[in-house]
Amino acid sequence: MIEIEGVRKSFGKLEVLKGIDLAVDKGEVISIIGASGSGKSTMLYCINALEPIDSGRIVVDGVDVHAGDTDVNKLRRNIGMVFQQWNSFPHLTTLENVALAPRIVLGKSRQESTEIARKQLDHVGLADKFDVYPSRMSGGQQQRLAIARALAMEPSYMLFDEVTSALDPELVGEVLDTLRLLSEEGMTMLVVTHEIGFARDVSDRVAYFHEGVIEELGPPAQVIENSTSEQTRRFLANVR
Amino acid sequence: MDSVSVFTDFQFSDLGFLAEAAGRTLLISVLAISIGTVLGCVFGWVLSATRLAGDATLGVILDIFRSVPLIIQLILFYNFFPIIGFNVSPFVAGTIVLIFYTSALVAAVARGGIDAVSINLRRASRSLGMTYWQDLRYVVWPVGLRAVLPSWAGVALGVLKDSALVSVLGYVELLRASQILITRTQEPFLILTVVGAFYFALSFPISRITARLERRWQYD
Repeated sequence: MIEIEGVRKSFGKLEVLKGIDLAVDKGEVISIIGASGSGKSTMLYCINALEPIDSGRIVVDGVDVHAGDTDVNKLRRNIGMVFQQWNSFPHLTTLENVALAPRIVLGKSRQESTEIARKQLDHVGLADKFDVYPSRMSGGQQQRLAIARALAMEPSYMLFDEVTSALDPELVGEVLDTLRLLSEEGMTMLVVTHEIGFARDVSDRVAYFHEGVIEELGPPAQVIENSTSEQTRRFLANVR
Repeated sequence: MDSVSVFTDFQFSDLGFLAEAAGRTLLISVLAISIGTVLGCVFGWVLSATRLAGDATLGVILDIFRSVPLIIQLILFYNFFPIIGFNVSPFVAGTIVLIFYTSALVAAVARGGIDAVSINLRRASRSLGMTYWQDLRYVVWPVGLRAVLPSWAGVALGVLKDSALVSVLGYVELLRASQILITRTQEPFLILTVVGAFYFALSFPISRITARLERRWQYD
């Protein structure tokens, strides 16, 4: 499980996280919604130590992420992350994109890692794209490639940072379908998203971020449908 | 006295003399380009990784190598050793200067290559559990290399031609050899044409190989 306790974080004078507490159980899907600049993405970056924190604690499966003696490279194997920009490795085919990390990070053989890559690409519906370079694929396909690449490490957790925000509208669906598939398979997921419909349908809980704090946290029926918070209601009225 | 006998025509054996000199140009260029490129990549990485601190220290030194005309560097360096009691051959002095000159040029190219790889791409590779060095080796290097290969080829071709300046130290490479032959035969047009052809023959592989690599590295 992921335990976030009193996390604070500033960029220079700007405090973006002002004391975040959140516990994510195994198998849970939590959607994080909120305005741009409310700290949602920064929170995700702190969970796998891509960003340091100023105070508080983040513990993943008993390991203190930001403790000095924590091997973050080892920790990150267990926490997959997919970004707004899909960040495909441009010099590698899709198969090589996915097979690279299992081979060099987990030390699997070339054959074994290729087998994993085939399986994961098939999983996200890219079985016909093995030998294609990312530049030849649509944004939606590249984003599914990024998901397959993260899944190839067989992580226990997946972090999604606005994975549909940079996509053309007609490509959003195929990526959200992939996320749905993962949630049905029981993957533990933290999903930063502006897709309120997705948050309502798929998540177990929804966290509304407002100016660096979690303003509201609860099941979608509560946060999205019957919010008691003025801030949340105003935000939802604007995005719908 | 027959004054005409001082000059003799260009002979077939002179080609052998030029070929030997071309070999020396090749040797000094290959040494400078290969060692200079390795050093330049290290310097470029330091500049990219240390930013301001690197600019203020290593960056200044490299700027000196890049800014002072190579011929001045060669003469200063070559004459510096006797002052402190050592004698070095023109070849050694020329090679060392050319290596550092190349490394200074390559450092700027290498830094550009590293900076051409977006921070987002590097975060993606780190998020997969890659170490800093794995990211550098498997992502930054291949992606950055593709971005700056044409610039590197420009540096390499430039160094090959600039190696002619080592002739001022008395090292008999192609240009020096051509001057010797011109003095003897009084046929500058013919000899410079032949020497130009030699330089072309030496440069051609570099431009061909890099052009071929560029084509192969098209991402589709």
